[in-house]
Amino acid sequence: MKIWHFSEQAYPDAWTKDPVSLRVTLPNKHFDPVEGGKLLNRYLDEWAYCDEIGTNIMVNEHHSTATCLSSSCTLQLAILARETKKVRLLCLGVPLANRTDPVRVAEELAYIDCISGGRLEMGFVRGIQYEISAVNSNPVNMSERLWEAHDLIIKAMTTHDGPFNWEGEHYHHRQVNIWPRPIQQPHPPVWSSTGSLSSVDKIAEKNATVTAMNSGLRAKGLFARYRQRLAEFGRPRPGLDKFAYMSLVSVADTQAEAFKRLDKIRGYLRTTTIVGKGLANPPGYAAAGINADLLANPQKGELGIIDRDSKPVNLRTAPHEALIDAGAAFAGTPDQVIKQIKRFHNDIGGIGNFIMMGQGGDLTHKETLDNLGLFAREVTPALQDLKEPEDAASEAHERVRERAAS
Amino acid sequence: MTHKLNTTEIAVAGAKIKVLEGGQGPDLLFLHGAEGPDTYSSVYLEELAKNFRVIAPWHPGFGHSERPKSFTKVDDLAYFYLDLADHYGLKDAVLAGASFGGWIALETAVRSAARFSQLVLSAPFGFKAGGRETRDIFDLYLVGPAEWPEYFLADKSLLPDYPKRSADELMGIARSREAMTLYGWQPYMHNPVLGRWLHRIKLPTLFVWGDKDRMVSPDYGRAYAARIPGSRFELITGAGHLAHVEQPAKFRDLVLDFVGNKKSAAA
Repeated sequence: MKIWHFSEQAYPDAWTKDPVSLRVTLPNKHFDPVEGGKLLNRYLDEWAYCDEIGTNIMVNEHHSTATCLSSSCTLQLAILARETKKVRLLCLGVPLANRTDPVRVAEELAYIDCISGGRLEMGFVRGIQYEISAVNSNPVNMSERLWEAHDLIIKAMTTHDGPFNWEGEHYHHRQVNIWPRPIQQPHPPVWSSTGSLSSVDKIAEKNATVTAMNSGLRAKGLFARYRQRLAEFGRPRPGLDKFAYMSLVSVADTQAEAFKRLDKIRGYLRTTTIVGKGLANPPGYAAAGINADLLANPQKGELGIIDRDSKPVNLRTAPHEALIDAGAAFAGTPDQVIKQIKRFHNDIGGIGNFIMMGQGGDLTHKETLDNLGLFAREVTPALQDLKEPEDAASEAHERVRERAAS
Repeated sequence: MTHKLNTTEIAVAGAKIKVLEGGQGPDLLFLHGAEGPDTYSSVYLEELAKNFRVIAPWHPGFGHSERPKSFTKVDDLAYFYLDLADHYGLKDAVLAGASFGGWIALETAVRSAARFSQLVLSAPFGFKAGGRETRDIFDLYLVGPAEWPEYFLADKSLLPDYPKRSADELMGIARSREAMTLYGWQPYMHNPVLGRWLHRIKLPTLFVWGDKDRMVSPDYGRAYAARIPGSRFELITGAGHLAHVEQPAKFRDLVLDFVGNKKSAAA
């Protein structure tokens, strides 16, 4: 299992400035650029430390928000591509449906792959609903734009005999012929993330690594659907490397210390959904049926995690133990965390990539380094040889594949 | 006497759409504002049906009308309604539109007014009046989905109680908002070049505006009307953005007075 470290790069000093919305409308006077610059450097330092301890790196981006200071995946990876020498560099992801020029994205990613000596992993996502206004992106048909942009980027990276033209439904470009081009052939690995069955299908169709972002036990259904779709396409059963899971992680020498740190990291969960009502779910982002249901039942707004009895778990208020039991956090001594991750691995059908949110909220630099270091020394080695859980899945896959072929 | 309206389904330009029809008299095609022709009330259409044969479609993608996948712009809707006018064989019809539908009506009339005799607009979107840092039309995407009607209506008694609406109606409302977002997200609810071509409209034109409109101000309406030579501008006191919905009798009287005086209005 490959281990990755991720931080949302929050700016906690502004979290108390507006109880209604920390996104889009929170004035940026609440951001101190000098202190903020130091904080951004600190987050980069923590990723640089990952290179020393062999933990891979994942970055993301959001816009106009005190919950995440990173406004560009590629800018951060451009810095880390030179600053690190060994580990893999994942952006998860570039919000393609918000990008007007996918060829520019291809150029930037190819540049990063060259600088890093071929260590780039390319995550492509649609973009979250909360920042639709901030990025001025039409919330309707975003998935179509995501996957058309993906196709254009892949074609740009794999075309080497001169320019091609693109006159698609959403994107138009002439003389596409990117310089530089990526080191990795035919192109760096592709990832995407999802929380819904409907978007898994496209990720499977494109053979991308599917990531469940702290979906807890719901990940099982998402991953099963991915495997089923591949079988229906008549493709070989995917390896564990095609499955990734992101969650909050806190390890320490004692459970008490780990829980104290988890509470800080959970600042992320407590703030990430603080967003003005109109900004939270613009029409077209979710399917019309979901929005119709929300008009009648507005309290359903939050898609939560479920426990082992399929009862909802409130990510903001539930006790740490409940989150851990539902796979929405992993915390304790190294031995406890190893057990928790192994159990979750078996629960959801197996993963080959575990993305730890090793820093969140106002977890300090020292605590973060301690968390990352201890995980790398004591937890990572114990997860190296995890196999796919023993079940009839493989056999079932072959049956579906044979049926699809006949 | 009330004039009952019937819902029918027609196929035009590859789209099956729902239409409210009823009444007798000269043809009047009404292009609805907000989520549909009867979302808040259909009394205004029943009032008009006393004097007109009313045809009030749900726009493609709205309510339970289909949206062909290639329909993504208000231009598509303008050509669609020219096809629909052909479908009904309209002749000297009144072309009416409100809010988002008023914008479609104007885009339609700029292209061809061959089947129409007058243009009636209730607080239409579509025009750019202010400077680059002025949002002429209120940004609905800042307020929650349950609050949209508060920006459409000054009369609170017409505000919907969503939990009491049927699943079918709510699905229609959700589809309408999605379609309106697709068509009107950017530039927000307007076409920057429409103003340049409004002079092509030679039809007698009536603008009606509620003085309590929270979506777009009467001053915007006056600037809009000034681009169409000879047009008339009427303010409805106490009404919000959907003035025709809130004061249906007053709206009908204004339309009848205008249609009766069309020759002097056009002069």
